[in-house]
Amino acid sequence: MISLAHFIVLGTILFCISVAGIFINRKNVIVLLMSIELMLLAVNMNFVAFSRYLGDPAGQVFVFFILTVAAAETAIGLAILVVLFRNRSTINVAEIDSMKG
Amino acid sequence: MTQQVLFYFFATVLVAAALAVITVRNSVHAALSLVLTFFTAAGIWILAEAEFLGLALIVVYVGAVMVLFLFVVMMLDIKPESMREGFIRFLPVGVIVALVMLAEMLSLIGVKALQAQALPENPALAAGSNTAWLGKALYTEFLLPFEIAALILTVALIAAVALTLRKRSGVRTQKPGEQVLVQRNERLRVVKMASEGGKGESA
Repeated sequence: MISLAHFIVLGTILFCISVAGIFINRKNVIVLLMSIELMLLAVNMNFVAFSRYLGDPAGQVFVFFILTVAAAETAIGLAILVVLFRNRSTINVAEIDSMKG
Repeated sequence: MTQQVLFYFFATVLVAAALAVITVRNSVHAALSLVLTFFTAAGIWILAEAEFLGLALIVVYVGAVMVLFLFVVMMLDIKPESMREGFIRFLPVGVIVALVMLAEMLSLIGVKALQAQALPENPALAAGSNTAWLGKALYTEFLLPFEIAALILTVALIAAVALTLRKRSGVRTQKPGEQVLVQRNERLRVVKMASEGGKGESA
């Protein structure tokens, strides 16, 4: 039988993969955004597992809201990316330094 | 038993696809791997008897968000080679950080204790189905957050359009608003002229 541990461990592995993705793809904003999506998926996995385990619908409702906010975030992030590429002709994070931060 | 086999199959595919997302050279391939990741995650959620969210994940992510990703990746004309600088340099750091984090989290969670916690009887069965169970909570207890979520989506829609909209100068286009609003006396001028008093008729 599948236990709670299966889902939690899977979520943890996914989360760590996405952290590694953010580390090794530091130049490419698109893959950075994809890593953030993976991270949200890992968190959602935990929510679904605990909601099922505790018999509480609040966890799954929360996943629903996370999906909403993630979709909005992706839409705005990609819009910013398009504007950035139009103005600078690059999406390399290392070259975006006009603010001297 | 079947459930367990299916779970391990889906979990393997999920981890492999997630690894492909962060390591492949081509951004289009990364986006397609992410599609596979979400699809497999939806399978796992359906195994956990969260059917509505599994289907919503496919519809929202695979259907909408990933198509948006693919659209942007294909539109932006990025050279894959330029995006790989520092990949080898940061690879050891990334792998070490990820492994240390994984070890820490797993030891904190206490996998052994959780393994004894088998999932209980599906609570949604009392309500009829997962969708009914979720819908009852969503439209009663979480009605205000639900409305706010709708508002957030609207704001995001407007923001995305406002960000990418641009005015081009020197382009001749129709302006339907101004065309509709035009008044008669902007286009037509009635000129009063003195008549020539019958001379013209005889000529």
